Amino acid sequence: MPPVVEVSNLSRTFDVSKPWLNRVLERAPKAYLKAAQDISFSIGKGETFALVGESGSGKSTVAKMVVGLLAASEGEIRIDGVDMRKSRNTAAMRGLRRRIQMIFQDPYASLNPRWRVDRIIAEPIRAFGLERGEQAISARVGELLELVRLNPRDGAKYPHEFSGGQRQRICIARALASRPEFIVCDEPTSALDVSVQAQILNLMRDLQDEFGLTYLFISHDLAVVRHMAARIGVMYLGRLVEVAKAGELFGNPQHPYTRMLLEAIPDLNMTGRPRKAVEGEIPNPINPPPGCSFHPRCPLANERCRIERPAFLTRQPATGVACHAVEEGRA
Amino acid sequence: MSEHPLLSVRDLKVDFPTRRGTLKAIDGISFDIARGEILGVVGESGAGKSLTGSAIIGLLEPPGRISGGEVRLKGDRIDNLPAKAMRHIRGKRIGMIFQDPLTSLNPLFTIGEQIVETIMAHLPVSEREARERAVHLLDEVGIPAASQRLGAYPHQFSGGMRQRVVIALALCAEPELVIADEPTTALDVSVQAQIIRLLKRICRDHGASVMLITHDMGVIAETCDRVAVMYSGRIAEIGPVADVVRAPRHPYTIGLMGAIPTLDATEDRLTQIPGSMPRLDAIPSGCAFNPRCAHVFARCRQERPEPIDVGSSKVACWLAEEDGSRTIVDKKKADQLS
Repeated sequence: MPPVVEVSNLSRTFDVSKPWLNRVLERAPKAYLKAAQDISFSIGKGETFALVGESGSGKSTVAKMVVGLLAASEGEIRIDGVDMRKSRNTAAMRGLRRRIQMIFQDPYASLNPRWRVDRIIAEPIRAFGLERGEQAISARVGELLELVRLNPRDGAKYPHEFSGGQRQRICIARALASRPEFIVCDEPTSALDVSVQAQILNLMRDLQDEFGLTYLFISHDLAVVRHMAARIGVMYLGRLVEVAKAGELFGNPQHPYTRMLLEAIPDLNMTGRPRKAVEGEIPNPINPPPGCSFHPRCPLANERCRIERPAFLTRQPATGVACHAVEEGRA
Repeated sequence: MSEHPLLSVRDLKVDFPTRRGTLKAIDGISFDIARGEILGVVGESGAGKSLTGSAIIGLLEPPGRISGGEVRLKGDRIDNLPAKAMRHIRGKRIGMIFQDPLTSLNPLFTIGEQIVETIMAHLPVSEREARERAVHLLDEVGIPAASQRLGAYPHQFSGGMRQRVVIALALCAEPELVIADEPTTALDVSVQAQIIRLLKRICRDHGASVMLITHDMGVIAETCDRVAVMYSGRIAEIGPVADVVRAPRHPYTIGLMGAIPTLDATEDRLTQIPGSMPRLDAIPSGCAFNPRCAHVFARCRQERPEPIDVGSSKVACWLAEEDGSRTIVDKKKADQLS
């Protein structure tokens, strides 16, 4: 089965230099923030691929580049074989964009407070000309509201009349309005309470089963990712350090950073297993450490790790790890 | 030693008078914190957990006010003290740690100045002694090269380091109780674990009790001795952490525990509680949880359940009444966790 989404060597650099005058007066060089570097992954049809990482690891930057909200500096994004960055065929691109949608983190900020819910949900339908006539559009909006377990009559209300969980349902209905195949979900539940989070995660899985959706799921919460994704990519300082099947990643983590993250999660089961203390914090991404960017915090770091950046070693199809220690069998 | 618990809250009520009527944000909660104990307070947003903390230290934002009940520190009432007397307790006997370490530090003063000022405000020491003490505290919370960092401003520290400074600040007058309101929510997972461990160790070393307010059940399970689960301004269930986490009794706690995705979980669907927490102006009569409860019966809609003893916990649920034999325990969840 060919992958729906293929991302290869995707990079994004932000210019974070001071203004010209400051640079001249302070003799400061230009400064660049490499938010994402050399990211490659693919997602099969109907699969959920997750990216996890702490803040500043570049996971949202990747999400934005994949949907086209942010231009990539380098690399390729292929969706159904079409290169999203180079293709000049506008008709094909338009068709492709309809099939990609996004759900954002903050359901308070991602809905226009001055629009009624039915207008919000109808916007993609109108934009892509998917239904003809007002009647057909409002019937479709009602259908979408029912799909996300809301009442079709809720369409006449404004976003402020809904709770956070209900708003996220509206965002999902809007994303589904264009009948997409691929949805990028950027921390869809991190602004919600646990009991509401469970409702939204269950709904997203139900919709995936119903429509065969493909998800790129971004989260910092490993337990949520474990619950949702089939394959998981772990990011650190703008790079993918490990990609593995969900069961493998949690059962047999390879990269020292993945192991550290798993160690750090508060344990609900209180099994009292001895836990290694987590060391240090994420370094400044503008000035990352040379070699492997994780080496200052890594218990396995040696001279090679400080000098040479580990390449991403592809193991079985579509998984892999970037670590000298793993490569040399020291891990 | 007296027989009083360190902190005793009895039937505490907090109201917000508004033009449309009085909102009962906290409606009659009672709990104790023993010396050296870590009590977790957990609940979803709007459950009243942070307000409980603010009410205890007398920092309710007007128009919020304590409308009933009492708060005792070692047997002495502190909820009706004049502002000046309360100021001597706050910081001295009760320390505070807030969620966002950046807003709880003054950006215009160096951390040394802030810690020294706080020490001198509460303890009869000279400036030199206060400085030594500040260095010692910063060292204790794991700030590298503490004596050189006294002159640094808060923005020069990372989020985790800032929260360490805030912990040092909360402990600088040797308080008997530390109220920590979501101390790790603004931090990344890997740093969160460090801070939780530090908080636990340092409060034990200093003999301080802790009231840890959080929405994260994992943090509670790792850190606390006992936990109070709040819902709509009331305590649904309070008891030893192991009991509440492994064998929750209240239907809300059971639902909450089932809703948390776990790392070793293979379940396809999470348990979900229908609906969401009621707004303060629409709290249902009887048990506040009744519209979302799967086990609701007539009495739940009419009478409000009071917390009663079930084993070593207290549970506010009509199902837990009598001898507890009617208590529902989610078998699957209990088995899975044990």
